[in-house]
Amino acid sequence: MGMDINTKKLKKNAFRVSKERGIGASRIRVPGGYLDAKILGMVQEIAETYGNGYVHLTTRQGFEIEGIHLEDMEQINQKLQPIIEMLEINQTDPNTGYPASGTRNISACIGNNVCPFANYNTAKLAKRIEKEVFPNDLHFKIACTGCSNDCAKVRMHDFGIIGMTLPQYDPGRCVNCQACVKGCKSLSVNALRVENYKIVRDEEKCIGCGVCITKCPTRALTRSKKKYYKLTIMGRSGKKNPRLGEDFLVWADEDNIVKIICNTYRFVEKYISPSAPARKEHVGYIIDRVGFEEYKKWALEGVELLPETIVKECVYWSGIHFD
Amino acid sequence: MGYQFTKAEAERMFEKWGSQYDVFAPKLMEGEGCFSDTDVVRYGKVTSLDEIVWDRKSDYSLKEVLLAINETLFYFTEDKTTVPEGPQKDILIFLRSCDLCAVQRLDEIYLKNGYEDFYYARVRKRVKFILMGCKTSCASGFCVSMGTNQARQYDAYVKVDNTQKVVYADIKDKVLKAFVEGGKEIEVTPDYVTENVEKVNLPKNLSNKSFENTIWQEYGDRCIGCGRCNFACPTCTCFTMQDIFYKENAKVGERRRVWASCQVDGYTDMAGGHSYRKTQGERLRFKVMHKIYDFEKRFGYPMCVGCGRCDDICPEYISFSNCVNRLTKEEAEHEK
Repeated sequence: MGMDINTKKLKKNAFRVSKERGIGASRIRVPGGYLDAKILGMVQEIAETYGNGYVHLTTRQGFEIEGIHLEDMEQINQKLQPIIEMLEINQTDPNTGYPASGTRNISACIGNNVCPFANYNTAKLAKRIEKEVFPNDLHFKIACTGCSNDCAKVRMHDFGIIGMTLPQYDPGRCVNCQACVKGCKSLSVNALRVENYKIVRDEEKCIGCGVCITKCPTRALTRSKKKYYKLTIMGRSGKKNPRLGEDFLVWADEDNIVKIICNTYRFVEKYISPSAPARKEHVGYIIDRVGFEEYKKWALEGVELLPETIVKECVYWSGIHFD
Repeated sequence: MGYQFTKAEAERMFEKWGSQYDVFAPKLMEGEGCFSDTDVVRYGKVTSLDEIVWDRKSDYSLKEVLLAINETLFYFTEDKTTVPEGPQKDILIFLRSCDLCAVQRLDEIYLKNGYEDFYYARVRKRVKFILMGCKTSCASGFCVSMGTNQARQYDAYVKVDNTQKVVYADIKDKVLKAFVEGGKEIEVTPDYVTENVEKVNLPKNLSNKSFENTIWQEYGDRCIGCGRCNFACPTCTCFTMQDIFYKENAKVGERRRVWASCQVDGYTDMAGGHSYRKTQGERLRFKVMHKIYDFEKRFGYPMCVGCGRCDDICPEYISFSNCVNRLTKEEAEHEK
């Protein structure tokens, strides 16, 4: 009996067709790249039972179990069930694996669970966004990074979320040691200066990275109670016009960012090219085609931004053109 | 006199103290730690016993209540100077044994070391101390080694029982005692620790040779000169002066004194641009020697009270207690 497999369905089920006939790979999404170490054992078991014993750590912080036989997909889906449940992935029917693969795993840097520079819990936000947007067949890449260092390379994503904090300054605790000034100059954007022995922050320059706060030895500089984010949009790699994402919102809040991402899915549903193969037209190219003004209208629908949020009136992207 | 109060009785007494005194105690400053989603415990005004952090040592000491980080000494206009008013209310400070011993060091420097310091004295005269006991040792402290584990010069001792229902107090001060209502008279002795995890032996016969010890170079290479050890220390008393000429009218301004750190650049700068102790190693040596040797030579007891805050706060994991023990060990080896 010949092998009769719907490869379109297979791909949406988060499997991959490989170079070798009859052999594929199983992809496991791990929002925020954050997981209970027990899952590693489960992945190992699947890899050793159904695969060739090897696992690829994907560029998007998932696992790809190599060398699986395509006829084992149903059994593998059963084995994936506890992983899917432990990672709280939205699912339609239990034991049927992942319901979609178009919207990719939401990746994140290690964030403030560990990193002294991070301005928020990146894994937590990645999970929240995953809950909002998955499952969806539309091709979206979203990533969260803790600070402007952008270790998660979020500017290569359709949506990049960069943590910010608004430095709170108590001059009464400041001893003019200038650790913040030196730190900002050497590690960040040189936005601080001294006037009359006290610190003056250039609000235009400051990127809210929080370096000054980590350098302050007396807690004269502390973090804002509110967590702020920069939202960069429509970065991408690829064959036609790879480019870095540009700032859309600065000093934005989490709720509105989630709202804007969800709005963008509706925008894509409306404007995606009917001739796009497997409905795979990248959102950035749709905006290029439709125009930023129209996108902005859709993106900001029902969004009430904080008074301090800066919205870029227009966004221009550069990058290399091969098309 | 010792008392056992219900929590409600104790809170009522606390409230009455609050009407008479500004009460300062270790307080949790949420989200104000160095890193995202971390807190800091430091001194602030409190209005109830629940606001006080009882279960861990404050990251910064009580020092800032007695000795403001920034203190305006006087304002000047073209022909006049005005000294700002001191505190308007008496002050109660909740503190642990090590910190109460630190107050003795602060007094030594600011009250007994020649002239009495006007600004320190006017605050200090208004202060009463309420001891918080230590049932168990903190991880980094070495108060037993320094003999600061049991302070007796308190005005009152207050302990909130683990159940949060009972409060024990030993109130020695007459004024504070006058606020007592209800409660049961019992014997109360402050909790104190008799052993720490960290034990420190001070060197006894340091000579100028110790200047050449390679550990200064070693720690100096690691030290980033941030001054956290000094700012967190309850016994560091150094300040520097700042003359501020207001931007809108430079004929008017103020003179401030501001905490200074012997580890931070600029501390030993002098007119003409000369500066001694240029390297972090030299600065570290100076600090360590002052805490465990030089101060003692002059006043008869070591400056360090073994609270361990400098170890806890150092971002480069330089351990003062380990450094001192290494010095002592090397000294012993040399003497063999």
